[in-house]
Amino acid sequence: MTKDMLVKERDVVVPGEELATGMDYLPSEGAFRDGDKILASRVGLFNLDGRLVKVIPLGGKYIPKKNDTIIGTITDVSHNSWRIDIGWAFDVVVFMREGSREFIPNDADLKKYYAPGDMVVAKIIKADSPRMTDASLKMPGCRKLGIGKVIEIQSSRVPRIIGKQGSMISMIKESTNCNIIVGQNGKVWISGEDHKMERIAEAAIKKIEAEAHSSGLTEKISEFLKKECK
Amino acid sequence: MKKYIEAVLLNGERIDGRKFEEFRKPVEVSYDVSNKAEGSARVKIGKTEVIAGVKMDVGTPYPDSADRGNLMMGAERLPVSSPEFLPGPPNAETIELARIVDRGIRESGMIDLKKLCIREGELVWNIIVDIYTINDDGNLIDASALAAVAALKNAVLPELVNDRVQWGKFTKTKVPLNFEAINATVYKIGKELVIDANRDEEAAADARLSVSVSETGSVHAMQKGGRIGMSIDEIDKAIGMAIEAVKPLREVLK
Amino acid sequence: MPYDKRFDGRKFEEVREMEGKVGIIPRADGSAMFRTGKTIAIAAVYGPRKVLPAFMQNPKGGVLKCVYDLLSFSVTERKRPGPSRRSTEISKVTADSLAPVLDLTKFSYLGVDVYVYITQADAGTRAAGINAAAMALADAGMPMKDLITSIAVGKVSDKIVVDLDKDEEDHEDGATDLPMAMSTRTGEITLLQMDGNMTQKEIKEAVEMGMKACIEIKKVQVEALKAKYTEAGK
Repeated sequence: MTKDMLVKERDVVVPGEELATGMDYLPSEGAFRDGDKILASRVGLFNLDGRLVKVIPLGGKYIPKKNDTIIGTITDVSHNSWRIDIGWAFDVVVFMREGSREFIPNDADLKKYYAPGDMVVAKIIKADSPRMTDASLKMPGCRKLGIGKVIEIQSSRVPRIIGKQGSMISMIKESTNCNIIVGQNGKVWISGEDHKMERIAEAAIKKIEAEAHSSGLTEKISEFLKKECK
Repeated sequence: MKKYIEAVLLNGERIDGRKFEEFRKPVEVSYDVSNKAEGSARVKIGKTEVIAGVKMDVGTPYPDSADRGNLMMGAERLPVSSPEFLPGPPNAETIELARIVDRGIRESGMIDLKKLCIREGELVWNIIVDIYTINDDGNLIDASALAAVAALKNAVLPELVNDRVQWGKFTKTKVPLNFEAINATVYKIGKELVIDANRDEEAAADARLSVSVSETGSVHAMQKGGRIGMSIDEIDKAIGMAIEAVKPLREVLK
Repeated sequence: MPYDKRFDGRKFEEVREMEGKVGIIPRADGSAMFRTGKTIAIAAVYGPRKVLPAFMQNPKGGVLKCVYDLLSFSVTERKRPGPSRRSTEISKVTADSLAPVLDLTKFSYLGVDVYVYITQADAGTRAAGINAAAMALADAGMPMKDLITSIAVGKVSDKIVVDLDKDEEDHEDGATDLPMAMSTRTGEITLLQMDGNMTQKEIKEAVEMGMKACIEIKKVQVEALKAKYTEAGK
């Protein structure tokens, strides 16, 4: 903490709270300037990144961003596009050319690729306006998902569920022998051989969600998995 | 998710690991939600939460029940409790919810309405129970029914002076109750029957049967919902499951 | 008769005991409870989400809508379910009081819905509702330049008082009710209503007392918000 910082790194701050004084710092996401002060514009964790003052969100609804991997359900199919419900106000659109890594002929019946009700993992490629979000189903990792358990978590907790370089989610996958895909939109797909193991994976993810900001979380989850998976 | 839920059920399990005839845990009942109510209660079944309150008034009885008090049951699925509930007048689902709860209490004879007659043909007590949903995580019906019963158990008569209710002044006289009528709803998902569906199970359910059971184990009210039929064997099995499932809930009310 | 001592023993500028809790409704995007004395309000926020009816969609930013209502058994004489003229008006002024700190410019075509219900009423319900709503909006991660904090001030018999309860509102010599809300950071007053009888001087005195009270109340809001997220860290 420097003398111009009024709060400590990772402190919980609330809208209107003063974070820093002076002109040496710049307000970034979740912060704004008023005179010589920088203040929080949302609830979150204070973060100083070089000269940038940020507030990392702790709650709130998922808002689509470019390059996000998301999980959703196909709601509608037209002659040249699919619509996906991802829990956002408007469906996300996937145009035919983004539908598959294989070539889709112009006169193809798109329902043969993805039909209403199918669960898919897709990637957002355009999020310019809330009403117009485009996604791709041909980028690496994108595909139709098989039968599995879908749970919902706070989208702000997704980075913790995944962990550094995917360490947390890898640990859960290995311990429970489940296949798990985490969408940035807070939807998590879990599929394993054993339904009990799927429930343990779900419980571990819910535990991370609830305790996202505690220290030593990796050890706690490791212990939890050891105990439960016996 | 429906396919997944059905696959898990076929394997003899539920997605949250419960037994088929088991309510979520904990089932919690607390009282005195509002000190302005003659009685009130809050019920939580898992993360599903409902509050109910009793207000009382006096009035002239209906001609066909001149020696009895009246019961009125209202419900509102508050928009706070789900993104799917919107403000506005009650829709068919909300009215059905109130009427399922109403019949369970009314038909079981749980309230001794004759004791709520002040002067036959002239003046009787009216009991008005209002149910409000707070958080919908599945099976609002059973949570609402339990909240209504708990609020009635908690209720006392207000003071009455010269046939006028003294608002805000309560007596120590309890609303006369015989026993508790408890509702359990059995959900049919694919070919399987489960008690107390959570939100995912409820969304996957094809049909449901609500069964109101009194202390003797008699059934006093039922309601089938959903647009898929049930066989006589399924109905028989569902009633049996409901009769068993309400037993632990009766303990929670004590 | 001069009002020398408050019915419940409080000082004239003293608020009732207050309590806040955030995250009370898991299904909502944001939620909170606020209690002052025996008045309890709950609030839930949903959004940003689709605006219905669609003609209300605004390309310039999100649409804020509020609903305020009393539960039927929150008052001594049962309140008939459904909106009244009173609750419709309070819904409107609640939205107007919250809007100045909310920045919905990034939510074109979308809506934010705030629902406020009074579960137990003992005067000051709209203020309690606004306090709960502001906390719920923050809990929903909404971009805000401050919280909004609200209090009812007024005059009971001959005395200017803060946070009237029902007994004071019903004082035999009459009472004046002046509900207000503000951003304590900027001093901007975002709700102001009054009914009763006060002089210009008395109004200024009452509002200044209310502004001081709001600083105290905001501490309760902030603590409740921080408690939710700090607990999550334990």
